[in-house]
Amino acid sequence: MPRYLARRLLALLPTLLGVSILVFAAMRLIPGDIITATLGTEAGMLTETQRAALERYYGLDKPPVEQYFVWFGEALRGNLGHSVRHGQPVLQLILGRFPLTLELAALSMLLALLTGLPLGLLAALRHNSWLDFAGRLFALLGLAIPNFLLGTLIIFVLSVVFRVLPNAGDYVHLHEDPLRNLQQLFFPALTLGFAFGGSIMRMTRSSLLEVLREDYIRTARSKGLAERRVILRHSLRNALIPVLTLVGIEFGYLLGGAFIVEQIFALPGLGRLTINAIGQREYALVQGVALFVALVFLLLNLAIDLLYALVDPRIALADHD
Amino acid sequence: MRDQATRRNGMLRRLSRNRSGAAGLLLVLAFLLVALAGLLGLTPRAPAQQFMANRLAAPSAEFPLGTDLFGRDIASRLISGAAVSLRVAITAVAMAGGLGAALGILAGYAGGRVDHLLMRLMDVLFAFPALLLALVVVTVLGPGPSNSALAIAIVYLPIFARVARGPVLSVKELDFVLAARCLGLRPQSVLLRHVLPNITAPLIVQVSLALSWALLTEAALSYLGLGTQPPAASWGVMLSESRPLAERAPWMMVFPGLAIMAGVLGFNLLGDGLRDVLDPRLRGRYAAA
Repeated sequence: MPRYLARRLLALLPTLLGVSILVFAAMRLIPGDIITATLGTEAGMLTETQRAALERYYGLDKPPVEQYFVWFGEALRGNLGHSVRHGQPVLQLILGRFPLTLELAALSMLLALLTGLPLGLLAALRHNSWLDFAGRLFALLGLAIPNFLLGTLIIFVLSVVFRVLPNAGDYVHLHEDPLRNLQQLFFPALTLGFAFGGSIMRMTRSSLLEVLREDYIRTARSKGLAERRVILRHSLRNALIPVLTLVGIEFGYLLGGAFIVEQIFALPGLGRLTINAIGQREYALVQGVALFVALVFLLLNLAIDLLYALVDPRIALADHD
Repeated sequence: MRDQATRRNGMLRRLSRNRSGAAGLLLVLAFLLVALAGLLGLTPRAPAQQFMANRLAAPSAEFPLGTDLFGRDIASRLISGAAVSLRVAITAVAMAGGLGAALGILAGYAGGRVDHLLMRLMDVLFAFPALLLALVVVTVLGPGPSNSALAIAIVYLPIFARVARGPVLSVKELDFVLAARCLGLRPQSVLLRHVLPNITAPLIVQVSLALSWALLTEAALSYLGLGTQPPAASWGVMLSESRPLAERAPWMMVFPGLAIMAGVLGFNLLGDGLRDVLDPRLRGRYAAA
C-alpha cells in the first residue's frame, strides 16, 4: 500500500505541472494584455511610467518562461496574487469561501444518497411495479432538469406559493448557528443533489438487478437463507461497488455544479466569488480559483482511489504488477 | 454501400423498438425541426421585435406562448433560441469529437511515448470540474456563443479522446488490422479504413450524450450572463430574464424551462438508446430509467 501511494503521488506531479502551465498560459492568452483587459478604456489614460510600473507588477516585463517560474514559485509559497476589488490576498479569499462550497457539495451528496439509494433498492426489489416506475420517473426528471432550472423553480415556488425567501437575510456559518445554516443550505443542496440522486437511483437499481441474477444469489436462496439476509448481506454489498465509484466521480463535479447553485441562491461561496470575479475581470482571482479547485479535485480523486485500494486490495496489487 | 444502408436501416429499426431510444429520437427530431425553423428565420415574428402595448401578455391566440417584459413574442424567441443552442452544440461537438477522436485514435494506435504524452495532456484537462474549465475559457475569450462553443469543445475533448482510445487498443491487435499492416498499407489507410469503422459505435453514443451536455452548458453559461448576450435569444438568457418576473409572468419561465428539459432529455435518451442498440454488452448496465 505505501508503494501504491508513492506511485500515485508521483503520477500526480506531471498533471499538477500541466495544470499550472495551463492556468498560467490561459491568463496570458487574454486578447490584448492583462492591463488593458483589467482596466478597460481607462488603460488608455495611463502614462508610460504608470504602464511600465504595472507591467513590472504583473511581471510582464520578463520573458514568458521566466514569468511562469516566478508565478509558480510564488503560488507554491501560497501567494496567488492580490484581489484589487476585495483588497485581500487571493488565497485568503479562497480559503474563506471554500468551506461553504464544500459543505454545499457534501450536503447535496448526502441528500442524493438518502433519496437515490432507497429508491434504487426498492425499484430493483419491486421490479416493474409502480414503485419501480416512480423511481425511474424520478431518475428521468433528474436527468432532464438542469440545476439552474430546478433552482429557479424552487425559488419561484417558495417565494410565490409559500411567501418565503430561502436566503432572506445574511448567510450564517455552520459554526455560528448550525440549524439556521442547514435551513439556508437545504434548498440549494436539494437543487444540486437532485440530478445526482437520480443517477444513484439508476445505478443502484441496475447494479442490484444484475447481482440478483448471479448464481451465488440463487445458491444463497436455495440453501434456505432468509430473503432479508440474501438482499442485505449477499446482494447489496456487491451491488454498491459501482455506486461507490459513481459517488467518487461525482463529488468533484458537485463542487463544479455548486458554482451555479451558489449564484442562483446568492450564497457567498467560491462559485459566486468566481463568477463575480469573471464579470469584474479580476484575473488573478479566477486564476487562483482555477489552480486551487484543480488541486482539490486531483487530491480528491487520489483519496478516492486510495479508498478503493483499501476496500479492494486487488487494485493496488494489479497496479503493482 | 448497400450493406451500409441495410445496416443503418437495421439500426434505426432496433432504435425505434427501444423505448428510451425512440422517445429520445422523437424529442431530438422535434428539437431539430424547431431549430431549423430558427436558422431559416421562420419565426411568427421577429425575435427582437417589441410590442410595447402587449408587455407581459399571457398566452393567447395572438401570442401563443405569451410575451416578455419588452413585449417580445416568446414563441419566436424560443424558436430563435433553439437555433442558437443547435449551432453552439453542433460546433462544440464537431470540434471536440473531431479532434478528440483523432487524438485518441493516434494515442491508442501509436502507443508508447505518444500515447503517454497525449493521455497526460488529456489528464490535465480532466483535472478541472467541467463547468469551471468552461468558465475559465469564457473568462479568457470573453462571452458569446462562439466562445461558449469553444469552451464546451475544450471540456469535452478529453472525453472523446478516451472514448476513442479504448477500443483502438483492442482493435489494433485484431488479425484483420495486423493483416492490413503486413500487406504494407500506410498507417493512415489502416486507421481510416480498418480501425475507425470498428470504433464508431462508442463514438456515436458519445456524440449524442455530448450534444445533450453542450445544450445544457450553453444554457447554463447564458443563464450566468457569460454565453449568448441579450438581446439575442437563447434559452438560458430567457430563463434568466424570467427570474424577477416569475410571479407576474410565469410563462416566461415555463416555456424556456420545458424547452431546455426536452432538448437535454431527448439527446440523453437517444444516447442511452443508441448504447443499448450499438453495444449490447452494456445493455442493462446503463439502461435508461
